[in-house]
Amino acid sequence: MSILVNNDTRLIVQGITGSEGSFHTAQMIEYGTQVVAGVTPGKGGQKDGNGIPIFNTVAEAKEAAGANTSVVFVPPAFAADAVMESIGADLDLVVCITEGIPTFDMVRVNRALTESNTRLIGPNCPGIISPGQCKIGIMPGFIHTPGKVGVISRSGTLTYEAVYQLTELGIGQSTCIGIGGDPIIGSTFLNLLQLFAGDTGTEALVLIGEIGGSAEEEAAAWIQETGFSKPVVAFVAGRTAPPGRRMGHAGAIISGGQGTAQSKMETLQAAGIEVCDSPARIGETVKRVLA
Amino acid sequence: MKVHEYQAKGIFSDFGVPIPRGYPAFSVDEAEEAARKIGGRVVVKAQIHAGGRGKGGGVKLVDSPDDVRRVAGEILGMRLVTHQTGPDGQEVQRILIEEAKPIARELYAGIVLDRTNGKYVLMVSTEGGVEIEKVAAETPELIVKEWIEPGLGLQPYQTRKLAYALKLEGEQVKQGIKCLQALWRAFEANDCSLMEINPLVVTEDGEVLALDAKINFDDNALFRQPDIVGLRDLSEENPQEVEASKYNLNYIKLDGNVGCMVNGAGLAMATMDIIKLHGGEPANFLDVGGVASSDTVANGFRLLLSDANVKGVLINIFGGIVRCDRIAQGIIDALKEVHVEVPVVVRMEGTNAPEARKLLEASKLKFIVAQTLEDAASKAVAAVTGGQA
Repeated sequence: MSILVNNDTRLIVQGITGSEGSFHTAQMIEYGTQVVAGVTPGKGGQKDGNGIPIFNTVAEAKEAAGANTSVVFVPPAFAADAVMESIGADLDLVVCITEGIPTFDMVRVNRALTESNTRLIGPNCPGIISPGQCKIGIMPGFIHTPGKVGVISRSGTLTYEAVYQLTELGIGQSTCIGIGGDPIIGSTFLNLLQLFAGDTGTEALVLIGEIGGSAEEEAAAWIQETGFSKPVVAFVAGRTAPPGRRMGHAGAIISGGQGTAQSKMETLQAAGIEVCDSPARIGETVKRVLA
Repeated sequence: MKVHEYQAKGIFSDFGVPIPRGYPAFSVDEAEEAARKIGGRVVVKAQIHAGGRGKGGGVKLVDSPDDVRRVAGEILGMRLVTHQTGPDGQEVQRILIEEAKPIARELYAGIVLDRTNGKYVLMVSTEGGVEIEKVAAETPELIVKEWIEPGLGLQPYQTRKLAYALKLEGEQVKQGIKCLQALWRAFEANDCSLMEINPLVVTEDGEVLALDAKINFDDNALFRQPDIVGLRDLSEENPQEVEASKYNLNYIKLDGNVGCMVNGAGLAMATMDIIKLHGGEPANFLDVGGVASSDTVANGFRLLLSDANVKGVLINIFGGIVRCDRIAQGIIDALKEVHVEVPVVVRMEGTNAPEARKLLEASKLKFIVAQTLEDAASKAVAAVTGGQA
């Protein structure tokens, strides 16, 4: 079982003719994802290198190919508009990989999302994968294995690290989601925990947080209030990060003493979550809580 | 991106946020000339990007233009140490000469992003002139906030509400409203990420003025803000970090001695954390990004080694789409080009990791090859402490 994406997902790639878009389209098809259409304005009517039909607009692509999801590989200056287009076309899910979108643009996207039925994952994220079923994004498919642990993370390669540890220990994953490293993202830890709560195929969760913002604390509060029954293992990156500095991700910054790794870890721990000290022990901690 | 106070005030002035009359100066001559133009009492303010300039001795009230020469001479060229500069301080290269106004009240106004709801928030407080974080922690009820609805913008009633919350009276209310509206217009037009007036003052004559100005800009939006990019003062930034930004590398200097090179920001932070857990101290944050070519690796090495504190290097790469063997070749090529005397621990996992390890071993270069993240951290810390870990 899984959340959000599965064997039935029918995907549009926005920016399919760009270098990132075309490369990852091939990778996703190889993994088994049903890529049914691409969108590049001005190239409607053509086909990409994999024979995927290209349309000028998302609305046309959805109509013609029966798509329900899109992934955005569009450069930062135009990416927010690409997401808006998929919201406008009323797709169920948009996954935005693009890094570097201006915050003002994301504030507007965020507003548009609240008035729509569309869910956004990202931006500035590796994407979402339900192992063995559907991969949307840039993560290496082979490190994943189907199973019963859900992974939600603000990071890219650190998520791969955690997933790899799980797979090495023979622990499979239901769905792994990189939610993105920006200050404004479409789906938070909390939003996705709520979906995982209803997924009978997910028995435990891994949360990988980092400094900045209060998304980890919001998740902790919800877990505590609702008495969330599935075991949760967490790691928070950035204990050695200096305050006031943006640590690579636009959202990874301690400002005004708020958003430190220490306070996040304490809050998560107080909510009954297993917090790993070391990023090398995420896999074995999951193994222990599942035993 | 950050700018100096006088540059922020220039933006304020363009949008109608009231500021005291003043001129930037780069020399004592310019300072004296500015003081004579203004006439009467002036304030000489050191222009560096860090806060806490007053406490550090970088802000002086001067009664006559004759004294301005002397005071400007003292401040220009000094190394100003504040709680934000670190112990070495920051050299003052520019000053602001500004008309001194008798102050009746010190207030606060600021705009930031509220990450919990994805909206910008305009906030004011009657407690100006002190650190707003302190007010927020101790007396949060004294900070009044209005959230700006995306698409609708700041409404007149919201600025009215905030002007009354600031306990402005009579004509000051109108001035306060205009000031807050102008502040938001400036924020929106320039893709700012933070704007602060601390203090926003009411003078004894009943004038509302931005006595200080702080603006940070959204780095992601600089591509569409060419005028703002022109305000960047590279001398205020760490030279290694400036160098890194030229190669699209994310580098932040820290105080430890284990240099780190990692692909991905989250994994880079986690690598720093695990070095600390093993009793070491990271010398830096360095994210070489998803595509670690031999060029990026070579540039990364040069950066790491330009820090004399670095006694060992830990390279941690999780190969996803980028194959580890390619990155290993990049590291080997880079080490032939850059002379490295300190021990280098390499840990690679993911796509083609075994092939990568073979390449490293066959290269005859002196790598310490590590298997897991744990193993890598302990080997790196052992390397800098001479094997005692």
